[in-house]
Parts: sequence; C-alpha cells; structure tokens
Amino acid sequence: MQIIKDEKIVEDSWQRLVEITADEILPTGDIIVPFAYWLDNKEVLLKRDSKLGVCIDGDDETEEVAKDLKHFDLIALDFPAFTDGRAYSHACLLRERYNFQGELRAVGDVLRDQLFYMQRCGIDSFQLREDKDMEDALNAFTEISVKYQSAADGAEPVYKYR
Amino acid sequence: MYQYDHYDQKIVDERVEQFRDQTRRYLAGELSEDEFRPLRLMNGLYIQTHAPMLRVDIPYGLLSSRQLRMLAHIARKYDKNYAHISTRQNIQYNWPKLETVPDILADLASVQMHAIQSSGNCIRNITSDQFAGVAEDEVEDPRPYCEILRQWSTFHPEFVYLPRKFKFAVSGATHDRAAVQVHDIGLYLVRNEAGEVGFKVLVGGGLGRTPVIGKVIRDFLEKRHLLSYMEAILRIYNRFGRRDNIYKARIKILVNATGIEKFAEMVEAEWSYIKDSALLLDQKEIDRVRAQFAPPEYDKDAAADSTFDEHLASNQAFAAWVDRNIKTHKVDGYRAVVVSLKAPTIAPGDVTDVQMDRLADMIDEYSFSEIVTTHDQNFIMPHVKQADLFPLWESLAEHGLATPNIGLLTDIICCPGLDFCSLANAGSIPIAKQINEKFNDMDYLHDIGDIKIKMSGCMNACGHHHVGHIGILGVDKKGVEFYQLTLGGSAENDVSLGDRLGPGIEKEKVAETIGRILDVYVEQREEQESFLGTYRRIGIEPFKERVYPKKHSEEKVVASANY
Repeated sequence: MQIIKDEKIVEDSWQRLVEITADEILPTGDIIVPFAYWLDNKEVLLKRDSKLGVCIDGDDETEEVAKDLKHFDLIALDFPAFTDGRAYSHACLLRERYNFQGELRAVGDVLRDQLFYMQRCGIDSFQLREDKDMEDALNAFTEISVKYQSAADGAEPVYKYR
Repeated sequence: MYQYDHYDQKIVDERVEQFRDQTRRYLAGELSEDEFRPLRLMNGLYIQTHAPMLRVDIPYGLLSSRQLRMLAHIARKYDKNYAHISTRQNIQYNWPKLETVPDILADLASVQMHAIQSSGNCIRNITSDQFAGVAEDEVEDPRPYCEILRQWSTFHPEFVYLPRKFKFAVSGATHDRAAVQVHDIGLYLVRNEAGEVGFKVLVGGGLGRTPVIGKVIRDFLEKRHLLSYMEAILRIYNRFGRRDNIYKARIKILVNATGIEKFAEMVEAEWSYIKDSALLLDQKEIDRVRAQFAPPEYDKDAAADSTFDEHLASNQAFAAWVDRNIKTHKVDGYRAVVVSLKAPTIAPGDVTDVQMDRLADMIDEYSFSEIVTTHDQNFIMPHVKQADLFPLWESLAEHGLATPNIGLLTDIICCPGLDFCSLANAGSIPIAKQINEKFNDMDYLHDIGDIKIKMSGCMNACGHHHVGHIGILGVDKKGVEFYQLTLGGSAENDVSLGDRLGPGIEKEKVAETIGRILDVYVEQREEQESFLGTYRRIGIEPFKERVYPKKHSEEKVVASANY
C-alpha cells in the first residue's frame, strides 16, 4: 500500500488492525493497533520484535497516550470525518508537549484540502482516503507559503521576519 | 489603517489561487458537495435561496475609499448593483455566480481584502467598536489587537475545524458599542491598578438558539500573552466542545456545562504550558501594527469654524440630522458621522454600487479616505471637520444616505431573512418595511427617542433579537410566518437578554403590536426615561396586558386557580 510521507508517495510497511478479536493471532511485521487494545494487551505487544504503532481517536485522552509514548514508533490519528478537528490538537500536543519523535500519521477521512493544516500540526504521514488521487494531493503542501502563526511544524510566526 | 506588506499580500493571493483550484475540482466532480462545503464556507460562500451568497470580511469594519470603490465595482460587475452590511461588520453579495467567485476574490485581493474564514466552523472576522480610534472614552485603540488576532487566526492549523463557528469582539472603550458580552470571546482593553493596559477576557457569550452572556475568565491579561491565552481557550474548546449536536456545539454550551470556574482552571492549566512559547507576542510587533493606526493629521484650527453653528441655527433639517447622526470625536472641531442605511424604502443595511462610489468620493474629500461599517448596519465616517458637515450632509441627502434616524425606532437591525437566506423561517425585510410604513412621522420617532429594534428571521439570531430593546424573531408555524417578540434586551454594558412577551404575532400585526408596546411606554415613562429604562422599572406585565388583553386575563385566572 502507498501513503504520503514527508511530502512524497512511498510504499508503506505498516499493517493497521482496526478491530482485533480476543483470540486473533497478530500478524508478523509492523502493526498499528487501537490504543484501547494496547491498554489491555501491553505484555503481549511488548514481547513482539517488530515496530509498534497505536491508533487514537478523538475521544482518547492525549495525556493517557503520552504515558506510554516510549513504546510507540508510530501514532495514527483517526479522522472519523474530515470535519472533526480534534486530532489537530492531539497532534500538536504529542509533538510540542510530549515531544513525540516518531511518525504521526493521519488515517480515516483524510483528504487533500486538509493536508496543509495537518502537516502544520506535526503530522508527517498521510493515508489518503482510497478514492482520492495521491499525486494531486501532493499539491496541498505548496499552496500556502506564508505562515502567520507558530505551530507544531516549528515555524516561527511570520512577523519575526518583518 | 493597516497596510499589507508582501507577506500579507502573498497569503491572500495564494488563497485566491487555492480557491480557484478547489472550485475547478468541485465543478469537475473531483470534490463532492460535502467535501466542497467547508472549503467554500471558509471563503464566505453560501448556497442560498436564489443564488450563492458571498460574505466578504471587513476586519473591524474599516475600509479605505479604494476598497469601497472595489466593493461597488463587484456589486456592479458580479451582482445586482447592491450589497448588504451584516451584523458582524462584513459585507454580503446575494447574487454572485459560483464560477465567478474566484475572480471576485482576486479583485478583493488587489485591494488588500479577502473572504477568508468569513464563515465555517473556524475563527471568524474580528469585530470592534465602530468609533475605535476616535472615541473620547477609549482606553486604547483596539484595532491593532484586532489585526494581530486576524493574522494569528488566519489559517490557524489547529482551529480550522472547530466544533462550531467562533466569534471575537474587541472594545477599547468604557462604553461597549461592540456587543462584546455576546461573543464567544470578548475582550475589553482595560487599565490595571499599576496603570498598565491589558485585556479583560470574557468567554462563552453568544446569541443563536441558546443566548448566553459571556463570563469573565480573566480580569487582566498582559498584552504579550494575548495569543497564548486565546490559543489555550481555543484548544480546550477544540478538544472538549461537543460535536454530536450542532445546536450544542458552541463554546457557551461547554462553558455552561463545565462551569466557568472549572473551565477557567482548564484554560489556565493549558496556558501554563504555552504562555512562554513562540506565542509570546513581541512588543516590536505590537508597535509595528499600532503605528499603522496612527491618527491622521487633523487640522488644528478645525474648531475655529463658525459656519457649522450658523447652518445649525438656520436649517432645521440639517439640525435634525446633526441631532441624531453626528457623534462626538476626541479631537476638537471634528465629529464622527453616522451614514444611515435605514432609509424607509430600502432593506436595512443595503447599499447600492452608486452609493458606495459616492461615499468613497465623500470620504476622500471629508474623512481622510476612511469609512467604517457598524454592527447595526450603518457606516461611520470617522473624521469629519465640523465645517464640512453641512456640505457632507447635502451630498449624503442627494444619495438617500442622510435619514436622521440613528438610534431611533426605524434604525432597525435586520437579517436578510426568508427573502434571501436558506436558513430563515420567516421574512425580516417585509417586517422592516411594515414598521417603516406605520412609523413614518419623524416627530413621533423623536418623541420615542432611543430604542433598538433587532430582528432575526430564525433562531440563529443573526439580527441579534435577544439583545434588542424590542426583539423580533420570525418563526414558522405550520407554514405560516409568526413573530415572537421579546422586550428589554441590551448588548451594551448593561447587557441583558430580552424577556419573551407571549405567543407569536401574526405577520400583518407586528407593527401594530409595536405601536401598542410604545403606547405603554409613552403612558408610563417618567421624564427623560428611555424605553429600556421604563421597561426595567415597570416590568413586562403592563406590556403583556396591552398586547394580549383577553388571553392574558384568562391566563391569570388559571394561574390563581392552580395556586
């Protein structure tokens, strides 16, 4: 599967498990599990020798996720609808307050016209909705070049350059 | 006034091209209706009853003559030769074609204007006191802070998909003319005991379905912390505001559900992390923006003029206009002029292309090329020399812009209503017309004096009916338009929400009913007492009795029987 990462289209090695039943055997390789699954299965997950990611949704408390940050190579932020903006704040907090250095990935209803804002909040990879054109989406990163305000992308407010 | 530098210009230019491409993709079927909706709304574009409606931002209401001429040009080229001033100091076009909107935005960008975030679930245009910069009761000019907030909120990546829309108002005066207490965030510039100027911060006010008066969350905020504190409030709202019900999604619902003390604790906790981050506002930037609002070079001899008094003594019509439409100015010999957009025969707040062009000429001649839109849907010419008032009045009168009714019964706030708006349940403009037809005797209007009638065609309350001395809300009852009246509202320092008078009034009887309400006032008022003053003293009962004589007595009987 392909995703957009660091403004490029790349092959992706992660498997995202959206729902995991109690007796399910986890696949080998790098996996993304729901944050709630992580909370219930920490020991099993920590024994694996591949990379681990968790997926959080708007209702998950960033403060709770932050406690286990060292175990995660990737955090996926689920946008149930592109108009649900909670994950923007979660991304900013994970980057700025909890200094998460791993990959922050947008999943769910991820569309071209929101990528610019997501990137500014510190999200660096994007699993675009399946029916959308990834080449076209790359244009989103260059449409607006002036940043009035500081954000989790490390930009200084533009007035500092005036 | 604030002039764009190349950064400001670039951002609006890039936005035009971005929206041009979004429109192209929508028309090509690459973007669905649902995907395009928030994108067009964040450019002020609604799909309305007859055609799209485009809302253009006028930051804190301030326009130059060059900008006003462009607004006239847009009305002429893309619309039906007029536009409408909104209750948030913006301007709206009711008939543009979707395909032409990118070109309109390009025309706007050529005069340092835009429609960015004039709608959508994001931070909207920052409004202010229309007399900002010239008011005598000003602690400090609020406009530099409005501009700083405008820039901070423009494309703020974290806050473009909030639970619901978000409105700021900022006032620098002791008399609140900006309805600060009924905004999501309201800011007053105040002086603390040490003599420093900062902000008193209110949160959680708003009208709409659930009108709420804002609550003080911080008595004094230093200027350098303005952005970090706003960011803390917005972050708490973005994370915890309700998203399951559009009618319960405004910050006022969150503040009320959480309680202001607890909400303030959450904000302060968030703020403690970010107050000394890159959000800390440089004094240099404050100074840079403030310098752009420096007063114009006033004529030191303006007060020496004697012609003004002569005209006042000799021309009654001029004197009547001066009495209602002229406001004081902090500089001796100058006045602020209110241009009435409430002539009896036009929809309140409407202005034609020709009027805008002539107003642009007038402000070039008489007001340092500046004009301001007001939240009660008029214009202000902020700096007019007293000697120029008479010729200005003559020019205004020639173009139907000198109706001497500011603050009177016919200076109605009115939303577009059912005639244009797809959200409306009932007409507003026909009611304004009915009121104008019934109350056409200037002597009577002057006798009634200061009174604010505010009218909305639906619960969304764009016409601020909750805070009208008399509020009128249009409702639909099984396909028939009815009008719910409220009495005793105010959006000023003595803020209050109006009390519901009783069952809805039939459309044909609204003006007549207002007449009965005013009869009670005239009978009961004590000398010099305003309508609001009388209402607050005597309460709603006498008005109820007059408007619903029979029904009211029946209700009373039932009530006492139950008791």
